[in-house]
Formats: sequence, C-alpha cells, structure tokens
Amino acid sequence: MKSTPLNQIHHQLGARMVDFGGWDMPVQYDGVIAEHLAVRSTAGLFDVSHMGEIEVSGADAFTFLQYATTNDVSKLADGQIQYTALCYETGGVVDDLTLYRFAADRYLLCVNASNSDKDFAWLQDLHKGSSFSDLNLINRSDEYGQLAIQGPVAAEILEQLTNVNLSDIKYYWFVEGKVAGIKTIISRTGYTGEDGFELYCATADCCNLWRELIHAGVPKGLQPIGLGARDTLRLEKGYALYGHEITAEIMPIEARLSWITKLKKGDFAGRDAMLKAKQAGLHRALIGLTLTAPGVPREGYPVVCAGKEVGYVTSGTMSPSLKKGIAMALVDTAVASGEQPLSIAIRKRQVAAERTSLPFVK
Amino acid sequence: MDFPEELKYTEEHEWIMVEGDIATIGITDFAQDQLGDIVFVELPEVGDTLEAGKNLGVVESVKAVSDVYSPLSGEVVEVNEELPDEPETLNNSPYESGWMIKLKVSDMSGLDSLLDVSAYQEFIEND
Repeated sequence: MKSTPLNQIHHQLGARMVDFGGWDMPVQYDGVIAEHLAVRSTAGLFDVSHMGEIEVSGADAFTFLQYATTNDVSKLADGQIQYTALCYETGGVVDDLTLYRFAADRYLLCVNASNSDKDFAWLQDLHKGSSFSDLNLINRSDEYGQLAIQGPVAAEILEQLTNVNLSDIKYYWFVEGKVAGIKTIISRTGYTGEDGFELYCATADCCNLWRELIHAGVPKGLQPIGLGARDTLRLEKGYALYGHEITAEIMPIEARLSWITKLKKGDFAGRDAMLKAKQAGLHRALIGLTLTAPGVPREGYPVVCAGKEVGYVTSGTMSPSLKKGIAMALVDTAVASGEQPLSIAIRKRQVAAERTSLPFVK
Repeated sequence: MDFPEELKYTEEHEWIMVEGDIATIGITDFAQDQLGDIVFVELPEVGDTLEAGKNLGVVESVKAVSDVYSPLSGEVVEVNEELPDEPETLNNSPYESGWMIKLKVSDMSGLDSLLDVSAYQEFIEND
C-alpha cells in the first residue's frame, strides 16, 4: 500500500487507518462528528498528500489543456485556479481536478489520488494523438506533499507562520511563498466549504509543515481531520466526489457540473457526446435529498417514486451539522424537480425524502 | 476498554446479561469503539421472535452499517425506546443506558456457546 510522508505521525496520533484507493490513510482521529464540527467552528488540518500533481508546460500547454479539460482555460490569469474535469469522448468523466496557472505556458493539475496514474496516461494518450509538439507532461505526484487547513480561523492560524499577506489571496487564487520557512504553494481552496488553504510543499518538508501548523493552530482550536469528516464536510456542501457523483458513466452536465463544462468554448474531449446528449434531452439529474424521518441514506440505495425505482443515492450520510440523513442522488429528470413525493429504500423501509437545493449547509 | 466480568459475550461483539430466563443484550465497548460515532439504531418490536444467529437489529455509524445478531433464541419482551432518539448512548454507555433489548430466552442451552469475559478478551486480542 502507498503511504504519505505523514504516515508515521498518523499512527502516533492513534488515527484509525484505512485503505483508501490503495493509500494507507487516516479515516478518523477523535471521531468523525467531533472533527467535522471542529472544521465548521474553528479549524482542521488534513493530510491530502495522496492527491496527484501533474505539470503541463510548453508553448502548446494552453491549447492542449483547452482541449483536454471541460472548463475554459482562457479565463485564467497567472496565479488563478479553476475547478475543471477531464472527460472521455463518451462524455463520461476521467477525473475532476483543480487547474493552477503559473504562467501562460506552465500549469499544474491537482488530481484525485487513485486517479493520478490513469489521468497521466490519459493526458499522454491525448498528446500522442495530437499535433501539439511543444508540450511537456510530468507526473510530479511523488514530489509534492499537500496539507489542507480549513475552517473559520484557518487564515488566522496560517497568518502567524507566513509573511505573505493572506488577505491578498482571493478564493481560487494562489501564491508561492514560505510558511514556517518552508517553500509552499499557498492556495485558497478546499473541499469543506469553509474558508481555508491547501498548501503544497516538497515531500521532504511535509512533516515539518504539519508540526508547525499544529503548533501554531492548536491554541486556536486546530485539530487533525481524517477522511471520514472530509467526506461528510464535502457532502453537506454538495461537492461531487469522483467514483460517486461523477464516474466514467456519468457526464458532468448530468451531475450539476454544467458550470465547469463550457460547451461553447470550442472543441474539447467529450464535447460532441455531451452536445448530442443535451440535444436528445438528458435522462438523469443529480439532486439533493433530505430524509424527513430517522435513517442514514447510503451509496447505492434506490430512490423510489410512486412505488417505482427512479434512481439511486450516489453519496449519503448523517449530516453532523443538521443531524438529518442527507444524500445526493442521480434520478430520472422527470422526477428531479416537481412535487411527486420521493423516498429512499433503506433495507425494508421506504423513508420519505425531500428534494433539497444544494448545498445542504449554506 | 471496559468488559464487565459478570457479562457473557459473543464473537459478534454483543454482551448478554442473564437473569432467570431474561437476557439483556447490547453491543460491547469494543464494538462501539470500532464503529465510531453511532447515529442510527434499528431495534425489533416487543413480541418479535428472534432466532439465535439471525438479525436482531442494525447499528449505523457515520461511515458504516452494522447488523446486530441475536445471540439467543426467544421473544422480545422489552426494547430500549430511548436508543433510536439518542443513538450516541451506545458510544457513551454501552453496558448500561445503551442496552438494546430484553429477550425471554426460549432455549437456555444457547447460553453454553457464549463466551466469558476472559475468552472474549482473548478473542479480541487474536482477532
């Protein structure tokens, strides 16, 4: 199994470790609910070093990425970040990712851990089949460690460790600067819906960066957060997770990701299939559901309308903030909106579920 | 971790307290710790007949669904009505406020297959 530079620290902290897509990762330290609530009220520190980083550079980098990704790369300035996706020609999703523009001819893609080899191979295939000559693709996943500090006091904690003026970094922008004397990319992004930062550093510096942040942050309520709370935090905010809301069989335009799918920007991988599907009328839509009775919706549970199965839960949990069962579900477009009562089949019960506009937690 | 000496245990991490022909049943401290934050509990109804080794109920944590199996055969005479509203009681007090059901045992020979505290602790350590 693969492990991050912080593996030993997690074990020392008594974290419960799980196999997460081939990575030995902490699922919880104190408990999912306590960790979740800490991020919502103060701050949490996440080891996200398993994430992959792919560098794309060269004179053709822009044109290549404009073809390879769904969002419009021309909208990016130096120092800006974009949420985007890679799609197959079928319109299904290879991966979702954040795209960092360092310069017009240099970009960094931050991709899902378990997809990074697949993504890199996919980009290489696109390159081979193209006429782009001045293009370099480098998988730098092993060179970077990554920590996320998230929560209302994240900026206050980070401020103590850096000369960079954090208030100059807007949401989805980044700068290169030192944190506790360590060279980092300071990115105002995250997967929790709270204010916060994702910090990229050299693998060798990762443990020191973690210790410095913990040292500075614990007096302000910072605590380590595992993958369990990472999942409940993102779900409350309605964020997609690859393998659940988006897969090779689900198009981004079915999964509430039309806002990152710029069908009018020109040709890109998957565009034709999506245009065709849109013209024919989409069959499925991703919606939010909240249980009106006790229960915990889980991935794969059927969504039922008038006794008929109309879709399935892509992700579900007990929301620690709302104390209710919440789910994202892919359902027939005919019942995605409207008044027809929906329920989720949980074992032998059918539990009534209300359509809920996302995010669940504003 | 706490394992009261007067209780009996199963390899499915239930505890059983027997008084006459009434067995009180719950999940062990080890079980609640493994599950993490418990957020949902499904119990049988009073009057239900349970069979040893068959489903008794369901306990769900944030991350996982766990079936609870009945260690004995018998009829449910009481269920802990508080649990569905306060499932975290299973984390906080697994042996007292967190009891799940009381069963009128129909076949007392089933008690022979239960583990005593030292056998259960040994089982956990080797598991």
